[in-house]
Amino acid sequence: MRVGFLHSLIRKDEKLLIAELRRRAGIDLVFLDDRRLVFDFHARPEVDVVLERSINHSRAMHALRLFEGAGTPCVNAYEVARRCGDKILTAASLAEQGVPQPEARVAFTPESALDAIGELGFPVVLKPAVGSWGRLLSKINDRDAAETVLEHKSILGSYHHSIFFVQKYVAKGGRDIRSFVVGDECVAAIHRTSEHWITNTARGGLAANCPVTPELADLSLRAADAVGGGVLAVDLFESADGLLVNEVNYTMEFRNSIDVTGVDIPERIVSYLAATAA
Amino acid sequence: MCECPVCGGEVELPADPVESELFECAECGVELEILALDPLTLAEAPDAEEDWGE
Repeated sequence: MRVGFLHSLIRKDEKLLIAELRRRAGIDLVFLDDRRLVFDFHARPEVDVVLERSINHSRAMHALRLFEGAGTPCVNAYEVARRCGDKILTAASLAEQGVPQPEARVAFTPESALDAIGELGFPVVLKPAVGSWGRLLSKINDRDAAETVLEHKSILGSYHHSIFFVQKYVAKGGRDIRSFVVGDECVAAIHRTSEHWITNTARGGLAANCPVTPELADLSLRAADAVGGGVLAVDLFESADGLLVNEVNYTMEFRNSIDVTGVDIPERIVSYLAATAA
Repeated sequence: MCECPVCGGEVELPADPVESELFECAECGVELEILALDPLTLAEAPDAEEDWGE
């Protein structure tokens, strides 16, 4: 089986996957650096399956569309990347499937965004539709701050920063949960703890094992299913009203979660990949 | 061992290195990328772009 490894920069997560792919008999690993790829709409890729690990969402999404269009199955699928890479599309997918999530609004002008914030009540979190690692998130505690941030975004930002995605702030007790879904199983989960309201490990949040309860597994699988399924990391809040799904990530980072959970996540991903290609 | 293109210090490649791999210079702390293995070519890793991440 020829596995196309779609990548740009190779981090520890990708290195672990490469080591697992090389360990498997019968796998021929083909590196596909998205910085060097040139697509011909009429050429057939010489790989049987693609494992997507690009660091750029835009490149990943378009490359997946082109590989799938040429008949090559991909992990994850293009449609999954499209839904997960845009927080508004993720929230819409979750809402359509009845998956509980923080209350949110979308608005397209600073004035209507202020109205949306008024409906939700302070504090709120303003998020760019595309972005990750907790970057450019704004926790807004009052109207003065809201007016300032919205004006800055609309004047200083590129056009997509004027697509306003506003979530009701959830008091999450200094931690959130990240669960890892591979196919039809929630294989592991971690708590991410921080004194800062942003708990991403990329921002210094500390990872610790989180038991996968039936409730957590069920909600994680429902969230994964809502965006199309595959290999996904689901971020959840423990709210007073129960678990809420915050985001779903399609190029999941797991390097900080193997030791604390004791689960060989790259092994699970490669097994899923092999089953997808079969 | 090879030379850090930023500080000129000696850097040790990661085990089983691959092209495009990131690693850190222990002397100056900068993140480096392996551009090529033969001949070995290193460069400072690019800055994060807006659509980077999961």
